[in-house]
Amino acid sequence: MENPIIQTNTNILSIKDLCVAYTADHLSVSHVNVEIPRNQITAIMGPSGCGKSTLLRAINRMHELYRGIQVSGQMLLDGHDLMSMDPIKVRRQVGMVFQRPNPFPTMSIADNVMAGYMLNGLHPDKQQRNQIVERSLRSVGLWDEVKDSLTKKGTFLSGGQQQRLCIARALALQPQIILMDEPTSALDPIATSTIENLLTELQRDVTIIIVTHNMGQARRISQKSLFMYLGELVECGPTETLFSNPSHPHTASYLSGHIG
Amino acid sequence: MNIHSALPSRDKIFRNLLFVSSVIILLVCASMILSLVTDSISAFGEFGFFRFIFSSEWSYQEGNEHYGALPFIVGTLLTTTLALLFCIPFSLPVALFVGEYYKGRRITSFLSTITDLLAGIPSVIFGLWGFYVLRPIVVNLGLSEQGSGILTASFVLAIMIVPYAASLSAEFIKMVPAELKEAAYSMGATRGEVVRHVIFPYCGSGIFSAFILAIGRALGETMTVTMLIGNTNQIPLSITDTGNTMASIICNQFGEANGLRLSSLYAIALILFALTAVINIIGKILIKRAQIK
Repeated sequence: MENPIIQTNTNILSIKDLCVAYTADHLSVSHVNVEIPRNQITAIMGPSGCGKSTLLRAINRMHELYRGIQVSGQMLLDGHDLMSMDPIKVRRQVGMVFQRPNPFPTMSIADNVMAGYMLNGLHPDKQQRNQIVERSLRSVGLWDEVKDSLTKKGTFLSGGQQQRLCIARALALQPQIILMDEPTSALDPIATSTIENLLTELQRDVTIIIVTHNMGQARRISQKSLFMYLGELVECGPTETLFSNPSHPHTASYLSGHIG
Repeated sequence: MNIHSALPSRDKIFRNLLFVSSVIILLVCASMILSLVTDSISAFGEFGFFRFIFSSEWSYQEGNEHYGALPFIVGTLLTTTLALLFCIPFSLPVALFVGEYYKGRRITSFLSTITDLLAGIPSVIFGLWGFYVLRPIVVNLGLSEQGSGILTASFVLAIMIVPYAASLSAEFIKMVPAELKEAAYSMGATRGEVVRHVIFPYCGSGIFSAFILAIGRALGETMTVTMLIGNTNQIPLSITDTGNTMASIICNQFGEANGLRLSSLYAIALILFALTAVINIIGKILIKRAQIK
């Protein structure tokens, strides 16, 4: 952490030879090597079942919650080996936003934002608490919409607002990376564009890795793109290059709509 | 025979048959309630409804007959409450084990089968076990002289209602959406924290309703309690005292009772019936509400 060379490294996460297998005889993610740039948005694209979500969920070690999923390879977060860290600590530094908005229905809006602290047994005092809630909700542009109903349950919010609440919940813990698994696929176009604009702003403070089915979205918001096919990382590079001049025939045919 | 003309009339006969059977069941039910009411009238008439409920005297000396239900109401409430308290530390862990920690694993279906089996064991067997195995232990521990009593009956009762509380609670625990649990895990929650802060708040009302239904079972359980409670007709002053529940006093005395005493037993039966009906209805409503969520 003290090493200035690592700190100034432009890549925050380095994935080396990552494999994930749900069954013994088949790799769902196969020998992936990739560098994730700091404070940028990296998009993971590919047809259904190509292993993009599986790759994403390997990064915060969600696969360990389920039996029989084998993960191998190396992941370095600012030079620290993610695979040998306590998964609890990994998940505090690498947040996640899911496909469907999933605020806790039993908690108020403010409690949802503070859920990460509560779940980790941290109890900030009232002033800190108010600061965290306001800061997190402001950063997702939800503060003005909900500041008068912080103690109400979040279930009356629209889908897009709920998803922004979930992003605020992830941001509250001030993670280094936020993983997003098709965060707009359950939302209407207006809510989607609100969230896209939001992500573009958030990348100043946090590195975002987003799985998306939506090629337009990847092109609009990401600086780096990964294209996966049948579990393999077929191509990766600057988003513009990947879209304008794909080097692999699979990428080209996916982008032109022939596969996917 | 033309199949098209034959079917509708057979259909009609079958439908009428179903209708008649259903009506007969309803009539049986109604006549049961009717006889509970008519046969308890003379007891309520003699002592008054509230005096019957709040009197603790149960004396059937000829010429000096006095009947009151209080000792049995107290006995019932005491055994049920204790059974519920004893059953929570067993059924909640089983429910979490089956519904969350080992969900879908082979050991879980084994455990579920065993607990379901527990529900199917005739209550007289529980009574026998309690009488010859548990009662001597209670005596050896010095808790009471003869071993029978509220405590012994409650403990066996607790074991009997574990399957009901556990299997229904497990169903509610299973219903907690994976995406909520994953959301918590993704922020660095441990499993214990997920159980405490996500699962219990989400299905707490469901688990509560499961325990209400378990109470419904415990209230009316007769054989086991009759065999273990010691069958005395005064208000139990401590949990190691002997006593009687509403069910066990009826079971004990119905064969030798007549006249006013029989009517008093009917009156107790009516109270017990109303109590269990109310508890079950509350439980069912709570379950429905919890499922809708």
